[in-house]
Amino acid sequence: MNERSSKTPHPIPPPQAGEGGAHLPPPLLAGEGRGGGLAAQTPLLTARDLTLRFGRIAALDSVDIDIHPGEVVAIVGESGSGKTTLLRVLSGLMRPDAGEVSYLGQDVLGMTEAARRRLMRTEWGFVHQNPRDGLRMAVSAGGNIGERLMATGARHYGNIRDQAAHWLTRVEIDPTRMDEVPAKFSGGMQQRLQIARTLVTLPKLVFMDEPTGGLDVSVQARLLDLIRALVADLGLAVLIVTHDIAAARLLAHRMLVMRHGVVVESGLTDRVLDDPQHPYTQLLVSSVLA
Amino acid sequence: MSGYNFAYLDESTKRMIRRAILKAVAIPGHQVPFGSREMPLPYGWGTGGIQVTAAVLGPADVLKVIDQGSDDTTNAVSIRAFFRRTAGVATTESTEAATIIQTRHRIPERPLREDQILVYQVPIPEPLGRLEPRIAETRRMHAMADYGLMHVKLYEDIARHGHIATSYSYPVMVNSRYLMSPSPIPAFDNPKMDQMPALQLFGAGREKRIYAVPPYTSVKSLDFDDHPFRPIRAPHACELCGSRDTYLDEVLTDDVGGRIFVCSDTDFCSERQAVKEAAE
Ligand SMILES: Nc1ncnc2c1ncn2[C@@H]1O[C@H](COP(=O)(O)OP(=O)(O)OP(=O)(O)O)[C@@H](O)[C@H]1O
Ligand SMILES: [Mg+2]
Ligand SMILES: [Zn+2]
Repeated sequence: MNERSSKTPHPIPPPQAGEGGAHLPPPLLAGEGRGGGLAAQTPLLTARDLTLRFGRIAALDSVDIDIHPGEVVAIVGESGSGKTTLLRVLSGLMRPDAGEVSYLGQDVLGMTEAARRRLMRTEWGFVHQNPRDGLRMAVSAGGNIGERLMATGARHYGNIRDQAAHWLTRVEIDPTRMDEVPAKFSGGMQQRLQIARTLVTLPKLVFMDEPTGGLDVSVQARLLDLIRALVADLGLAVLIVTHDIAAARLLAHRMLVMRHGVVVESGLTDRVLDDPQHPYTQLLVSSVLA
Repeated sequence: MSGYNFAYLDESTKRMIRRAILKAVAIPGHQVPFGSREMPLPYGWGTGGIQVTAAVLGPADVLKVIDQGSDDTTNAVSIRAFFRRTAGVATTESTEAATIIQTRHRIPERPLREDQILVYQVPIPEPLGRLEPRIAETRRMHAMADYGLMHVKLYEDIARHGHIATSYSYPVMVNSRYLMSPSPIPAFDNPKMDQMPALQLFGAGREKRIYAVPPYTSVKSLDFDDHPFRPIRAPHACELCGSRDTYLDEVLTDDVGGRIFVCSDTDFCSERQAVKEAAE
């Protein structure tokens, strides 16, 4: 296993090199769980020209995005810039006024709700900022983790509990607390439980909307480390929305900077942060440094 | 009382209910909305079952009504009286003689036949309602056959009690497609629903829903491979007829803790007692 030190300030090596990577096939990676070969060359998710208006507000304005297998992409931008809206449109929760979203060649906007829900509970995951939106608060931790397994046909109670114990351990929750309800957990634990509940079906693509949003700074750091380790081990593709430039630097291979519904800049994380081209990105980066 | 149409409801109401029943039969286990009418009985007295019975009843039918397995509770007696008065049909306490059996809480012990209809009075038709209060969401779950949540409930039962503690209204899958509440019958009765030769109709008056299980349809109780469904009964023999395989009620015999177990299905029990006496 490639155990990584949780202290390295650099993100896991990006699977893709070069600017404007959307047009270049990413280089093959030797890294484990990363899906080398052909799979790495085909984007998992592709969106083109996404536009969505709420009255006079353009929440999305001609947004293009590609996410490759095993790649972490961060979306940063000020409040109201359209980050959550983009996640919701990409995951099929919301319809854009125009544009296309395709997942492994399937038209996400055109698929039946049944097909979309099947994706949502198997190959995709969604981690919400507020754990209450992603957990069943009246159901035990084990039941929360087991739900996706049961929804996809698992019918062996003992195996479901073994899986629940395994995933609790992976997110650093004592598995003896499996039968407790999430209300008894701290905010950070609830968020880790939400992640365990999502990862139990080994999704290919996870959408995260400000997963560290409501947490104390020290708890945020621990959660980011955990997410980073899981993503590397499992070869997950992640699209993560964050206000936090440092979090983007830690986790993401690539990042998109949004403002007023427009992607004003995108590229490899280090390039965007170290050599921002767009004035808005420059402002964003300098305000963090200040 | 006079001036009623046959079986109280007017013909257009009965046609509307029959259309709902036909749709329910065509989609086994699926809840079909219907325009439930005010009945001269309060909700909780089986107004859904009564409307279904009224819609399928003909002058030649023989009606049996049971409540908790018994033919002579107030509820059963008044529903029988209602149909005798409004439809003039014959009534019976014999499961064998009945063509239509309206029931609350039990399925008769004697196996039913193709020429019989079992009408259930249903208080709460939605099996997911207690887990997911949003009606639009439960509807979507049925449409997508997205029933993981029901297994979560059973999982929680085992995690808390060591076994599935649900003993009434135990959820079933009908025809491998729709999740259905069998109404508050004991889980012990669930296996009787599977491949039953009789048509089973379910009426919920307050919730305005009708659903059905056509003859010879698969009805399976939800469970886990390593915690299989078990029809539970009190581990005793009936004090009156000696039966060891019927569902028993516990009856207190005095106020110092004396108690006996007797068949909940009074018709079945008295038949067995008669056979025993004849043999002696
Ligand atoms: N359902 C809606 N109806 C009307 N306007 C909406 C709706 N959802 C979002 N908006 C508007 O669209 C714009 C983008 O919102 P969005 O929630 O995507 O921003 P965000 O980048 O996620 O912000 P934050 O960082 O505060 O979460 C905002 O101006 C918001 O007010
Ligand atoms: Mg947001
Ligand atoms: Zn008996």
